[in-house]
Amino acid sequence: MGNKVKYRIGKSAGFQVLTVVLAFACVIPLIAILIYIIRAGITKINWNFITNVEKPVGEIGGGIAHALLGSVLVIFFASVMAIPVGILCGIFLSENKKSRLAYWSRLSVDILQGVPSIVIGIVAYIWLVKPFGYSAISGSIALAIMMLPIIIRSTEETLKMLPDTLREAGFALGMPFHRVVLKIIVPCGISGILSGVMLSVARIAGETAPLLFTAFGYQFLSANMAKPMETLPHLIFKYAITPYKDWQDLAWGASCVLLVWVLLLNILTKLITRKWKVQL
Amino acid sequence: MESTIVKAINYNAYFGDNHVVKDVNIEIPKNNVIAVMGPSGCGKTTFLRGINRMHELIPGATAKGQIMLNNEDVMEMHPIFVRLKIGMVFQRPNPFPNLSIYDNVIAGYKLNGIKLPKAEKDKIVEHSLTRVALWKEVKDSLTKKGSFLSGGQQQRLCIARAVAMEPEVLLFDEPTSALDPISTSTVEELFHELKKNYTLIIVTHNMQQAARVSDKTAFFYVGELVEYDDTKKMFTNPSDIRTQNYITGRFS
Amino acid sequence: MDTPVNNDLITRSGITLERVISSEKIRDAVKGIKRIKRSHRQIKAESIFRRTLTIVGLSMVVLVFGIMLTLIVQSFPSLKALGVGYLWGQTWDPVRDIYGALPFLMGTLLTSFTALIISIPFSFAVAIFLGEYYPKGWLANFLKNTVELIAAVPSVIYGFWGLAVLVPIVRSLEVSIGVPSIGYGIFTSSLILAVMVIPYAASLGRSMIQMVPSNLKEAAYSLGATRWEVIRSVILPYTRSGLFAGILLSLGRALGETMAVTMVIGNTPLMPKNLFSTGNTMASVIANELGEADKAVYNSALIELGLVLFLVTVVINMIGKKVIGRFTNE
Repeated sequence: MGNKVKYRIGKSAGFQVLTVVLAFACVIPLIAILIYIIRAGITKINWNFITNVEKPVGEIGGGIAHALLGSVLVIFFASVMAIPVGILCGIFLSENKKSRLAYWSRLSVDILQGVPSIVIGIVAYIWLVKPFGYSAISGSIALAIMMLPIIIRSTEETLKMLPDTLREAGFALGMPFHRVVLKIIVPCGISGILSGVMLSVARIAGETAPLLFTAFGYQFLSANMAKPMETLPHLIFKYAITPYKDWQDLAWGASCVLLVWVLLLNILTKLITRKWKVQL
Repeated sequence: MESTIVKAINYNAYFGDNHVVKDVNIEIPKNNVIAVMGPSGCGKTTFLRGINRMHELIPGATAKGQIMLNNEDVMEMHPIFVRLKIGMVFQRPNPFPNLSIYDNVIAGYKLNGIKLPKAEKDKIVEHSLTRVALWKEVKDSLTKKGSFLSGGQQQRLCIARAVAMEPEVLLFDEPTSALDPISTSTVEELFHELKKNYTLIIVTHNMQQAARVSDKTAFFYVGELVEYDDTKKMFTNPSDIRTQNYITGRFS
Repeated sequence: MDTPVNNDLITRSGITLERVISSEKIRDAVKGIKRIKRSHRQIKAESIFRRTLTIVGLSMVVLVFGIMLTLIVQSFPSLKALGVGYLWGQTWDPVRDIYGALPFLMGTLLTSFTALIISIPFSFAVAIFLGEYYPKGWLANFLKNTVELIAAVPSVIYGFWGLAVLVPIVRSLEVSIGVPSIGYGIFTSSLILAVMVIPYAASLGRSMIQMVPSNLKEAAYSLGATRWEVIRSVILPYTRSGLFAGILLSLGRALGETMAVTMVIGNTPLMPKNLFSTGNTMASVIANELGEADKAVYNSALIELGLVLFLVTVVINMIGKKVIGRFTNE
């Protein structure tokens, strides 16, 4: 009897060890990637790198300025489109818990959340690129569609958690519905909403697939949203698969920039979410 | 002179730095029902859970002292051995939801990897369910899951599960506080039967229950064992003023 | 109001009084009108707001519907010209107008399921570690945040790293096994996918495991179970459906992943012979070829693959969500 129990105790301890080993093994790839990319890319970053645009193979001094600007613009316009719509939809869903439209709307948001990013790229391609050609704004629209479920979800969850008594207080003071929502409910939930917005930006900052056939790519510095535009993730993809060393070097530098940028965004979002004690 | 089956010697329990059970010394005689009562936060449940080494499952919980089961110190044994000899029934009935009634009763054997032939398992199941007066009610639904049972029946199933392991001592942590009055009295009737074969230690905050079912009562207050005596004497002529105040309802 | 007292005074100052009274009346009337106007404005604003909300809510339904419809309509040319059998065709040669998507279906299935199999022990280890052994504390926070950051790394960076680091490693592995050593292929893609997919099953599994009532665990402990036995006989059965939903979530993610896979899978439109062959997935062939697919049928065939991806991932995600919903409601 004693031996059997000893065996069971040993098995339990062994399982705990196994769990710990496997769990922390997950940290290894992340750290390996971080170290590798930063080491490979940090040396390629210099002033030229940031301010120049790409040059043909063989010419020195190529840079990623056009991609940096492009990413900023594409993300900016995507946010401008997605944030108001997303927040309003989140308000709609949290204020209409039972209506039929809200049910279908919520279902649609759930479906949208699961759609692979390349499919959204395909759809944006069909809607905007086939008729009008490649353009940065079509990329923004694709990214905006991806941002929507995240913003809507977090807005809805945040506002749903606010007690009904808050709304009742507003109504009892004679305030109309839109004032109750915009002046009481939304300000109370602003931290959760903002966290959702930050999360959505962090999510699309590194996305490439939707941009493959929308914003496409462009060698020159441009701020024209109606024309193709280069973005950081797309540049990395384009250069990484070429056999040319100086283009690959550019891709490493760009990867370093993108990785650090995305990780910082995510960490910032986490810190702010924790500071505001938001439950998403 | 009844023999002592459980004896606590200078037992102390802590949650981190919080000293919740202070220097308890108590001798519990065999085949008795001992009620442990006191106001909330007095340490009675912590003490009870210390007896079968459940206390230390909570992160940060520690204990010092000795608890003798017959002649072995429970604090020195591996918890698994302790729990095979000291069973526990909890406040909210907790039969395993994914197991049938039959499997629930012999769950202890299965968990401990003890393989038994079917005939013997059947015997144990019938024996245990009879001991808790549940056999007749469920003997035709042994393969069903226990979710259709009432609260009182589920609690009796949990008692059967503990009894199936043939422990020497049974610990009850407020076993009827989640039950309706009829189920409560059914379970209380069981105590009288069960004590023939086991020693029962029952934590309760229901004084009337303590008076009804127990032979001896221990009164805890702010972590200390204030008084421990025959139930009849405790309730009619308590020695300590704190016991008296509690019994007369000065505080609860 | 007519007061007969002091008619003279009133008559003389009556104009003033009346004017006073009437001007007060006017003031009240104006105030009243202003209030009514404001209320009217507010009521109008309120209804505009409500209508805006409804429109926005409706637009989500329209959007998703539009996506589905677009994919279906744009797949028509391919469906008409090639029939549904296209999905089982084994040869993909757009130059000669031969289309068969089976290589890509196989590629997708192979990479996704291999990735799943590789990642599940790790995901579950994280889930059990954070859900049962160490739900709190700085170590737990570190692990939790790190695993979540895995999901934050852009897939193109996973792809580039895979290209530079994993491909040579797999190449030497293939040499030692005696398989043609290319480095690229299904196996390499599965490795990268496995890493990318860990956080999904891990985080869902963790929240499911944390929901196991301590009452049940204590019952098992009190019967003499070891910790492993409590996990095996109480926690795992209780969270079975939740863990399954987590796996589905990871699977959905794996099926749709594009960039990382494209960069290491080798991009050959051939039926994969074994795990170490190069190949293509539905997502990666779309990524590679949609931009250059000039022929209508070619273009449409690729979009049809997009439709299949859409349907499959949506169904898997919906099943996963339903399972979770039922689990949390029990």
